[in-house]
Formats: sequence, structure tokens, C-alpha cells
Amino acid sequence: MGYWNQEYECMPVEQRQELQLERLQSLVKRLYENVPHYQRAFRAISLRPGDVQSLDDLKRLPFTTKDDLRQAYPFGLFATPLKSIVRVHASSGTTGKPTVVGYTKDDVETWSEVMARTLACAGVTSDDIMQIAYGYGLFTGGLGVHYGAEKLGATVVPVSVGNTKRQVMLMEDFGTTVLACTPSYALHLAEVLQESNIDPSRIRLRIGVFGAEPWSYALGREIEQKLGVISIDIFGLSEIIGPGVASECPYNMGLHLFDDHFLPEIIDPDTGEQLPYGQKGELVITTLTKQGFPLLRYRTRDVTVLHPEPCPCGRTHVRMSRIMGRTDDMLIIRGVNVFPSQIETALLELGQVEPHYLLVVDRKGNLDTIEIWVEVSEKVFKDEVRHLEKLEKTMQREIEGILGIGVKVKLVEPKTIERSQGKAKRIVDRREVYKEG
Amino acid sequence: MWVKQISVFLENKSGRLAAVTRILGNEGINIRALSIADTSDFGILRLIVDDPAKAYSKLKEGGITVSETEVIAVEIPDTPGGLASVLDILDAGGANIEYLYAFVSKSSGNALVLMKVEDLDKAAAALKANNIPVPGAEQVYNI
Repeated sequence: MGYWNQEYECMPVEQRQELQLERLQSLVKRLYENVPHYQRAFRAISLRPGDVQSLDDLKRLPFTTKDDLRQAYPFGLFATPLKSIVRVHASSGTTGKPTVVGYTKDDVETWSEVMARTLACAGVTSDDIMQIAYGYGLFTGGLGVHYGAEKLGATVVPVSVGNTKRQVMLMEDFGTTVLACTPSYALHLAEVLQESNIDPSRIRLRIGVFGAEPWSYALGREIEQKLGVISIDIFGLSEIIGPGVASECPYNMGLHLFDDHFLPEIIDPDTGEQLPYGQKGELVITTLTKQGFPLLRYRTRDVTVLHPEPCPCGRTHVRMSRIMGRTDDMLIIRGVNVFPSQIETALLELGQVEPHYLLVVDRKGNLDTIEIWVEVSEKVFKDEVRHLEKLEKTMQREIEGILGIGVKVKLVEPKTIERSQGKAKRIVDRREVYKEG
Repeated sequence: MWVKQISVFLENKSGRLAAVTRILGNEGINIRALSIADTSDFGILRLIVDDPAKAYSKLKEGGITVSETEVIAVEIPDTPGGLASVLDILDAGGANIEYLYAFVSKSSGNALVLMKVEDLDKAAAALKANNIPVPGAEQVYNI
């Protein structure tokens, strides 16, 4: 079993706990001294940095939420001067503005380290030719995996997402052995490959490193069969660092969470109370080592279970189950985070339609599709087809501009979208991505 | 004097046209002419009825998206070339037609063409100058 950093990956648990406490204490001090938001939050509960004496004190510390990030837009939660920030990434936020994250040189180094561990954990070595088909750019997927793969010493093909025919050509001509992308894109690639005239013996793929969206084991098996790979689930989120937070190994015992850098907890999402190992709840992560954009007890809204028992691979990191759901209404579509509130904002800004809408998410031929059903009010109804089609196009453009992915807007009759008592039903997701089996 | 047409938004799903026409039937409103413009997602039903004001309010009460549009009616001899000559006149008069549909009047035996044009006055003036009959609204509702 290839480790990247055996000392830390296989460290005895007690020794790691000492390291975690030391790093937590230093983090709390840094946050108190450098980030006004945290200073206020600590003062509100009369907590001084010195009060953190054990890992058990973690549960006394305040949470950080996506809303805190939004209010701090763009750089309000950075803990170092902008001068020392060498990179920013951004992901879509709950409203029009994205969530911005920043990295110092050391952070980029940490990110490369955990990403190299992730790839080594997946079985990738410096002999591999690795095609990275995650999006490059503000999205953390492409560049995050890229730095880790270079650090590991693999031969990197930074092709980014899209242009599937070219991907298949490169795969054949370069003899790509590792594919990194979203699982739904992997399936799409597999089908394009099958439809091509390429002799299967010329495809040398052996490992698929898949992440950025939830996927079922059934989908994994289908990809494995079609591409001839073993499929590895990797987990990360841009707020924490990007990809590189946790990774499966070929033993298939859940994801090894690199808890010397990211301290995980499971909480009850309603009460905020910490839950013991083995219980299902919301994953909360504290970034122990990040400098530029450290977060204390960040509520990921992802639902999972943590397992303390070591894995046969020898790693002693705590393991997490594949993500089982969300505690909010966020959707992940083609690897992109989508919040219904973003769409609502776009529709309301146009000011032409009623705020009655329904998001219908489906998977057609392996690619996620999103349809936005909007009720046609008398206010906007004109008896000309071109007028209504123009209205559809305008809404479509507006929403695409905010989400960064293609959508389809469909006009429907008034009162046909269900009015529920209390919380509105805004989403129909037909993909069953969290289904086991 | 313009003919009031009732336009209805219809989603492309079964039973919608039936629902709209049932409301009209139950209220004793008679449909004189209709046409449907459709796309892959939705359609627009256009209706000429004997009592447009009542049709508008009853459909609205029934939760249907409805609007009133003014169109012009033109009476054309039911013979080959009848429509072409009228269109030539409108074209020469600079009246741009958005859409049109036609039916044959039971009483006169002439074709009645309903047109949505950008500028109703301009179209009517061009037609009148060429002695083409433009029936009034009441006349059309009671055909």
C-alpha cells in the first residue's frame, strides 16, 4: 500500500490527538488575534484562547456557517494580509455572490500534500499518466488535483472538463492510466468511448479518482465495468481546502479523513450537539493548519457517519462514510453547487415572474439536467409565442449567468406548482444520488 | 370597434384545452373561432367568442392565465386568390401581420380572416381605401 506520508497517515491515534490539540490551540489563538469575526464570537461567550485545554473543549467553540462566509464577502474572514495570499478560489454561494477562499504559499503546500496523499491512497504512483478532467479555474477541483498529482510525480494531462471527443483521443494516444473527474462525467466519457472505433486494448485506464458530487456504489460499479478502472471516491469542499480532505483506499472501507489537518465532528444539525462516532449527522470540520483562510467548526451541511477503527491499509485516520445527504437544500449538478435561493434571486431580480418555481433535476444519458419551471402570471402573458420564448431565454440567460451551468426554463400555468404548508417544495430530484446499492 | 380576442396560456399536457373549453361551455359562452400556436413546451389558445368580457372574467376566476387582444376582422370572398389580394393591400399599406387565422361565415358564405397587426388603424385604413369590408366587433361575435 503506497503511502505518501507514512509518518502522519499511520500515526498512533494518541499521538495524533496530541498533535491535533496543539494545532487547535494555535488555530484558536490565530483566529482570536487576526479575524475580527472570531474575536467577536469568542468574546460573546467569554472565551479566551487559553481556555482550550483539551480536544473535548472543541464543542464549546462557536460554529462557522456558510452565512458567515457570505457576510464576510469577499476577504473578511482571511487571517493573513492579502499580500501573503497567493491564490483565491470561489464557489457559488447561496445568493448571487460566491464564497471566496484564499491560500498562502504554505496553504498551497498543505493542499498539495493532502492531495498527494489522496492520490497515493487511491493507488496512483509516479508512473501514472493522469488526465485531470475536473474544471480548472475558480473551481477548486482542477487545480487542487493538479498540484497533488504533480507533487506525487505523476505525468499530468491538465485537460479540464468538456470536449469529450478530444478527451477520448488523448486517453488513447497518451495511454492515460488515471482519470480524475466527476463520476457523472466519467460515465459520459465511458459511453463516448464505447461509441468510438477505439480498440479497447488501447485504453490503459486503471484508476478513476471521482469526486465533487455524491454518487452511489451502483453508479461506481457501472463506471468500473465500462472503463475498466477501480473507482475511488474523494471528498473535499472549497471552504475547507478543496479536494484532498478525505479519500477512499482500495479496501473500500469509507474515506480516510486527513484529520491531522482537518478535525472532523458529527453534530445533530438541529441542536448543534456533538454526536459520538458511529452516529449519523452533519459533518463539521475545523481546519487545523490553514493560514490564509482558517475555519473553526465549519458546518458543511453534508450528512455522514465517522468511524474510528483503523483500516486494513494501515492508515489510522478517522474514516467517514460516503456522503448520505444534505441538511440544506443545496444541489450538486455536474459538480457545481446550486442553491434554489440563487435561482429565486435571479427570477425576482428580473421582476417579471411570480416567485413560484420548481427545480426539476434529472440525469439524462449520464449528464445532469436542470429544468426550472416558472409560472406564467397574467402580468407577463402576451399572446405571442415569440414574446414568451424571449421571456424564457431571458430567464435562462440570467440564471445561467449566476450558476455557471446550462439550464432550461419551462413556462407552466399558474397554480400548477404545489403550494405547500410551511416550507415550499422547490426541488424534484430524480437522480437518487444518495441511494445506496 | 376592434374585435376582442381572448388568449389563453396552455401548458403542453393532456386535458388543458378541455378544461378551458369546459369553463366556457358551462357559462353558456359560444366559441366562434379558435386557433392554437404551439411550441414544444406550451401553447397559446386564441378564441373569438360571443361574449369576450364574460369569457375573460370567467376564465380568470377559473385560475387560467388569460389576456385580451385586439384583432382586426376582414371579410374575404371565399374564392381562390381572395386572401392573397388582401395581403397584398396590407403589405402595400405597410401593415405588419403578427399572425392570422380564418373561418367561413355561415351567414354570408364569405371567409372571415382575423389578424393581429402591429398598427390596427393603419391596416383598417388600407383596407377601407380598397373597399375591403371590415366587419365590426359585434358583427363578428354574432356570426
